[in-house]
Order: sequence, then C-alpha cells, then structure tokens
Amino acid sequence: MDDVLVWAIWILAGIACLGSGVAVISFSNPFFSAISLIGNLASLAVLYLLLAAEFVAAAQVLVYAGAVMVMFLFVIAYVGGRADTPFESGPGWQVIAAVLAAGAILVNIVVAIGLTTGGRLDDEADVRAAFGSPADVGEIFLTNHLLAFEITSIVLLVAAVGGVILGSERTRKRS
Amino acid sequence: MRGPDVSWYITLSAFLFAVGALGVLLRRNPLIVLLSLEIMLNAANLALIGFARHLGDTSGQVFALAVMAVAASEVVVGLGLIVALNRNRIALDVDRLNTLRG
Repeated sequence: MDDVLVWAIWILAGIACLGSGVAVISFSNPFFSAISLIGNLASLAVLYLLLAAEFVAAAQVLVYAGAVMVMFLFVIAYVGGRADTPFESGPGWQVIAAVLAAGAILVNIVVAIGLTTGGRLDDEADVRAAFGSPADVGEIFLTNHLLAFEITSIVLLVAAVGGVILGSERTRKRS
Repeated sequence: MRGPDVSWYITLSAFLFAVGALGVLLRRNPLIVLLSLEIMLNAANLALIGFARHLGDTSGQVFALAVMAVAASEVVVGLGLIVALNRNRIALDVDRLNTLRG
C-alpha cells in the first residue's frame, strides 16, 4: 500500500515537473515563465523528499523557490517583461536545429547512462534513518568536503561583488 | 512491488535536462534563457540526489547543495548583466548580443 502511494506521488510530481518545465520555455511572457519555474522547483522538492533528502528539499524551497525566484521576479518587473513569441522568433532553421540538438542531448544522456550502468540500477542501498538529515549533511560537508564548502563561499562572495559592480550606477554611456 | 528505483529518476532528469537545453537554444529573451539554465541545473541536481539515495552516500546531496550555491551566483551575475543591458538601452535579444564590446 505504501509503495502504491509512493508511485502515485512520484507520477504526480514527475508530470508536474515536466509539465511546468515545458511551460517555462513556451510562455511568451517571462513573468509566467518564472511562475512556472516556481512550480517546477516545488515538484522537484517533492521528488527530493521521496529520495530521503529532507535537508536539500528544504533548501530548495527556501533558497530557490524563495530567494532566487523573488530576485527573478523583481528583475522581470524592472526590465518590463516584454514578450517574444516562443516558437516563431528567428529563422525557421534555427527552431528545427534547436529541437534536433535538444533531442540529440536527450539520446546522448540516455545512451551514455544506459551503457555505463545498464542492469545495475535496481539494487538500491539500504539507508539508515538519519540519511539526508541536516546533521548528516552538515557533518559530511564540514569534514570530507570542506574544500568544496570553502570554494562555494568564495564563489558566492565573488558573485556578490560582481553583482554590485554590474548593478552600480557608474556605467559608461555607449559611444 | 517497491517504489520507483533510481532509473526512473535518472530518466526524468534526462528529459528535464533536454527541456532546459531546448529552452536555451530556442528562446531569444535572456531572462528565459536564464530560467532554462536553472531547469538544466536542477535536472543535474535530481540525478545527483537520485544516485546519492541509490548508493547510500550523502556526498551526492552535499554536491547538490554546492550546485545550488553556484546557481545562485550565476543568477546574480546573469541578472546583473540583464539590468546593465536594460540601462544602456540595448535590446534584450540574445541574437543581437553578438559582441562583447561595451
């Protein structure tokens, strides 16, 4: 019974995830695209919960669906989200080439993963109850992956400085 | 019958990545190109967390968090560029942004 429930949640979240992803790239108004991306991030958080990643799911909702998307919506309001028609912008061969390239990427990923892991993906490891809890993630982050942690903080600092420089009023007039 | 195993999550992640790539290639508005980049980063995160659960190793979740921080930095710089473009009255169209000269 539990498994049926997990499957039902997985199918609902998966459909919501793909549907809102397609909606992001097919709305002509960037405002609606940003709203769809919030739905996409929320359904991904549901999938993370199914994968026993509670802390990442919480961070996803707080950082992504909260902070990052609010920033997106502010900028869209600032530049005045002007619409471009999604599938008729640019010459027709560009659209065909884009669809072909995206399909090729999809086939490439599926074939590469299938060839490397084929048949070994159905024996799932048993995990302890604390798997994915904040204490678990924090302990590994600050012991085994301390360098990644420090580099992440430097990247965030550089991005903050870059954002201030790009957004400052002192911009040269185009000659 | 058990819940969906990791191959289902990886398949969903591959489709989501392809949708994001299609958005980057198809759309001309840099705002929507940035949103599509977010979709691609999240598809990679889903694969990382799926394999973390599959292997019973929390490192995958740690890297998903690192990807999240990098995505936030990328959004800051990308949106800063868009605001700067808008302030200099340059059309928001990636096809016309074909030179790096200010």
